[in-house]
Amino acid sequence: MGVVVAGAGLGGLRAAESLRAAGYSGEITVVGEEPHHPYNRPPLSKQALSGPIDPAGLEFRRKAGVDDVQWRLGSPVAGADLAGRTVTLADGTVLPFDGLVVATGLRPRRLPIPGPAGGRSPLRTVEDAEHIRQRLAPGSHLVVLGAGFIGCEVAATARALGADALLVAVDEEPLIRPLGREVGAAMRRRHEEHGVEFALGRTVTAFEGVDSAEAAVLDDGRIVPADVIVEAVGTQPNVEWLAGNGLDLTDGVLVDSGMQVQGTDAPVVAVGDIARYPLALAGPGPLRIEHWNMPTETGRRAGRTLAALLLGEAPDRGPFTAMPSFWSDQYDISLQSFGLPGLATSVEVVEGDVDSDCIVEYRDDDGLIGVLGINRTPDLVPYRKRLAERASQAEGA
Amino acid sequence: MTVRIVVDRDKCQGYGQCVFEADDLFGLDESDTCVAAAEVGEDRRADAERAADVCPMQAITVE
Repeated sequence: MGVVVAGAGLGGLRAAESLRAAGYSGEITVVGEEPHHPYNRPPLSKQALSGPIDPAGLEFRRKAGVDDVQWRLGSPVAGADLAGRTVTLADGTVLPFDGLVVATGLRPRRLPIPGPAGGRSPLRTVEDAEHIRQRLAPGSHLVVLGAGFIGCEVAATARALGADALLVAVDEEPLIRPLGREVGAAMRRRHEEHGVEFALGRTVTAFEGVDSAEAAVLDDGRIVPADVIVEAVGTQPNVEWLAGNGLDLTDGVLVDSGMQVQGTDAPVVAVGDIARYPLALAGPGPLRIEHWNMPTETGRRAGRTLAALLLGEAPDRGPFTAMPSFWSDQYDISLQSFGLPGLATSVEVVEGDVDSDCIVEYRDDDGLIGVLGINRTPDLVPYRKRLAERASQAEGA
Repeated sequence: MTVRIVVDRDKCQGYGQCVFEADDLFGLDESDTCVAAAEVGEDRRADAERAADVCPMQAITVE
């Protein structure tokens, strides 16, 4: 018995560390689909594509408190009976639990585009990155499906390595959903200056080639060379294994502000990309946030909640005041954001020029909801403070 | 007991996340590379570990 952590990513690791820090001394078993200990994914679209990838070099340092955790890696979870308090692995093993951490994260969304599968890959795992890296060379033709952060970063990395890059996306501008039209257009111009091409408002209808793709057919009939294809068109939460337990799985797993899973009496928490929680900054409506720092923030909170439940104490049900944060590197451009710019109803460049270094305020009806700095990271301190004040003024905070 | 903070300045990319977590323990120098207090009291361990946790390059070690 003890705690089963389903998912060996950053959120699972931080939850295990937090359980120990909160005084839980029972057994902890972490089950993971990938064969690796928890590792850092952001370098996979950037530095890691420049040379052979060493998975061990990307691993997170694990705190001393989790030295006695049992790792069952390369062993995906297949099902759960929350009322019976068991988890079933894909190999048929049944693991009983006293408490469960749901940390199975996301998988890339795949598009059913006809044509050879060779040369096509999402970018989520070290294996995906290695696959892409081996094909990216001076003169190779990269086609990226999607114009979000991963797509833009891969395009920038490919140009630095001497490959051509074309981004194909249904959106009107790159990064339009997280950052808005004006900033998205400015980022497009910067990419174009570095030789990246865009096919916006377009889709790929087929790939041509024998075993491996050699060309992509666009929906306007254009045929473009394509020998490295990265699919970066969003993600899907890995919730299927939780079906049949009466949970709300509409978009991830619904939890309360303490990360306790709703709809079950069992001591179950969820963390990271898969958890949908009320965030103080954004009000009562639950959100699922895929920013890099949130597995750490939710993992800490969830570990404390689960430790309290298992130790017979009352968990902290107070507001969750964590501050979402993300960054992105493209060429010499360093983007840094705090808050939730994607929720804004108005956007204003408040310092500098959107085509050079600048600070952008994102507002909703209640004021500042997010901020973005382009090469202005140190100057974001007062904006982050304003966002933190808004979160702390949330009801009950 | 004191807590040692070690920054791998080759790994650091100057994201400054540590500074946002604990601006009295961490800063960026003129080349936007992290500098940290070398030793702090045990009472600051949690702050130092928080900063190490959120470093995008995992360049901070707390001993």
